[in-house]
Amino acid sequence: MNDKKDRILGLIPVDWRYDLTSLPYVRRMFKSRWMPFLPIVLNLFVFTVILMAGLTGGVSAGNYNFGIMFVWIVWWVLLMMVMVPVFSRIWCMVCPLPAFAEWMQRGSFLGVRKKLIGLNKKWPKPLKNMWLMNFLFLATTYTTGFITTRPLATFILLMSIIVGSIVLSMIYERRNFCVYGCPVSGFQGLYSNLAMTEIRAKDPEVCKNHKLRECVIGNEKGYACPWMQTPFSMKRNTYCGMCLECFKTCKYDNMVFNLRAPGTDLLVDEKRGLDEAWKAFIMLGISVFFFLIMQGPYGILKDWANANTIEGYLSFVGIHSVFNLLLLPGIFLVFAYASQVLGRKDVPLKKVFINFSYTLVPLGLMAWIAFSFGILFPNSSYVLHVISDPFAWGWDLLGTAKFPWTPFMTGVMPYFQIGTLLLGLALSLDIGFKISKQTFQNREEAVRGYYPIAVFLTAATMFLIWLFTG
Amino acid sequence: MKKDKLLMGILVFIMLAGLPLMLAQSEEPKEYVIPIEAKQFSYTPNIIEVNKGDRVTIRFISTDVHHGLYIDGYELETNARPGQDGSITFVADETGKFAMRCSVTCGSFHPYMIGYLKVKPDYRLFGSIWLALGILIGSVILVSRRQKP
Ligand code: SF4
Ligand code: SF4
Ligand SMILES: [Cu+2]
Repeated sequence: MNDKKDRILGLIPVDWRYDLTSLPYVRRMFKSRWMPFLPIVLNLFVFTVILMAGLTGGVSAGNYNFGIMFVWIVWWVLLMMVMVPVFSRIWCMVCPLPAFAEWMQRGSFLGVRKKLIGLNKKWPKPLKNMWLMNFLFLATTYTTGFITTRPLATFILLMSIIVGSIVLSMIYERRNFCVYGCPVSGFQGLYSNLAMTEIRAKDPEVCKNHKLRECVIGNEKGYACPWMQTPFSMKRNTYCGMCLECFKTCKYDNMVFNLRAPGTDLLVDEKRGLDEAWKAFIMLGISVFFFLIMQGPYGILKDWANANTIEGYLSFVGIHSVFNLLLLPGIFLVFAYASQVLGRKDVPLKKVFINFSYTLVPLGLMAWIAFSFGILFPNSSYVLHVISDPFAWGWDLLGTAKFPWTPFMTGVMPYFQIGTLLLGLALSLDIGFKISKQTFQNREEAVRGYYPIAVFLTAATMFLIWLFTG
Repeated sequence: MKKDKLLMGILVFIMLAGLPLMLAQSEEPKEYVIPIEAKQFSYTPNIIEVNKGDRVTIRFISTDVHHGLYIDGYELETNARPGQDGSITFVADETGKFAMRCSVTCGSFHPYMIGYLKVKPDYRLFGSIWLALGILIGSVILVSRRQKP
């Protein structure tokens, strides 16, 4: 049961779209083979500096290191506040980390070759989901005390992504590393469901009559979808890396880049699963832990995350994992059960649980945005320092090397955080009821089944508001 | 429908019950001298609580390296080396929670060296909890209202 007339927050119709590629220069740009090659190369330059700064910075304090500051302030904040919520996986479009792998595989920078270099194996079936990325990302957060404070640790993290992507690209076909293996891919995928833009086929009729499906198999203009999607029938942003190949391969110009209401993918009842549900829990839980470690007042947690003692570090890893993998999903299960009991008992609990887990996406992303305000306002002045002296060699490229640490707008910061979280709640509730209508059979059941979830979401929001600002 | 009304009644009651807390008068302003000790990478005490209007003097002591103390919102700063204390005096006229951050690079976890200043009553917290409840109530009313046969 899904209303065509449904609106997101009562404002924008779920099926409203504005085709940005109807602007001729946007389409021309997307069809050029220089896109996204050029931004990748520019980005590669920035990341080369980041890697060099990471290597030369060693284990010195990270707040005056270009690598640490660019990755964890500029990149992270832009990613969470702008890229994912507005432009979906635009980061993956311009990400330089797997570029070497892709160029090696293609044996070309710009041209289109028929055969890919490497073994080109298919990705193993049991790994065709988010579980690997769930565990890899969780494992990455075990090292948060290092990667965000020691330049060398950030260097190692980025290098392992580069090396990992190269190794996997020589064994498996196309960008399987990005689709199923990159630690930061999973949450971008899940949270991109909330994005305000999407890449889709415009007219299904055109695709139906195009038996060759060149977006899937590739042609002389472009490669087969490197992310193993079927562009002509794609319904969610989750696994579309926005590489733009399908704009080049489609000779009918039927691929479009749409503006849309946020969150419409969350209503697409396709390929929902426990892997994505857990991604939602893990991300929400990590936002709490990251806040406690980075912006909380408890020294003991910092000592734990900093691995001052082995016992402390193991306690951190243990509590962090149990909370994210078991406790949070467990609490949610209770509410999902209540929803099933109130709604309709013959709808499987698993379905209720999975469907409603997608309501955590808006609130989760907004929690990350609220968290990111707590980095942006107090600490962005460090960036001025590091762009003038990226390697701590006493340079002063832009004359800002002596700029002191200057927090700004810290007085109004909590209001930004509260506003963001309340917006997240409103969006989550809105999506929540729509999902409830999909899950149960009629409106009355949907209303009743919605209550427990609404209570959970509100309680979670209040907790986050209290944690961040109270 | 009865259950809905009951649920709504409870929620509205909670919201109204919260009001007196928000409007509660604070006590007479007091004067405090609060020593805060800094050590990589935390403050002791890590949370200080005062009431609106109190006059607060923080004596800032470091027991290992050079640390600082910057108070969000109040935009006040001091710093201390071992044996050389710092101090800040201010009237706590802004309510809410404010992070106190280390302002002198003191080691790897320096950006995470944080304490809290809480000035009661926290209208902002009450207000936002209240708003969250309001959104819940609004949503419940919206979804249970449009009953088409
Ligand atoms: S999946 Fe990871 S490595 Fe691949 S493009 Fe996205 S961020 Fe970069
Ligand atoms: S559908 Fe495939 S080819 Fe098209 S932009 Fe997304 S990842 Fe690239
Ligand atoms: Cu310090």
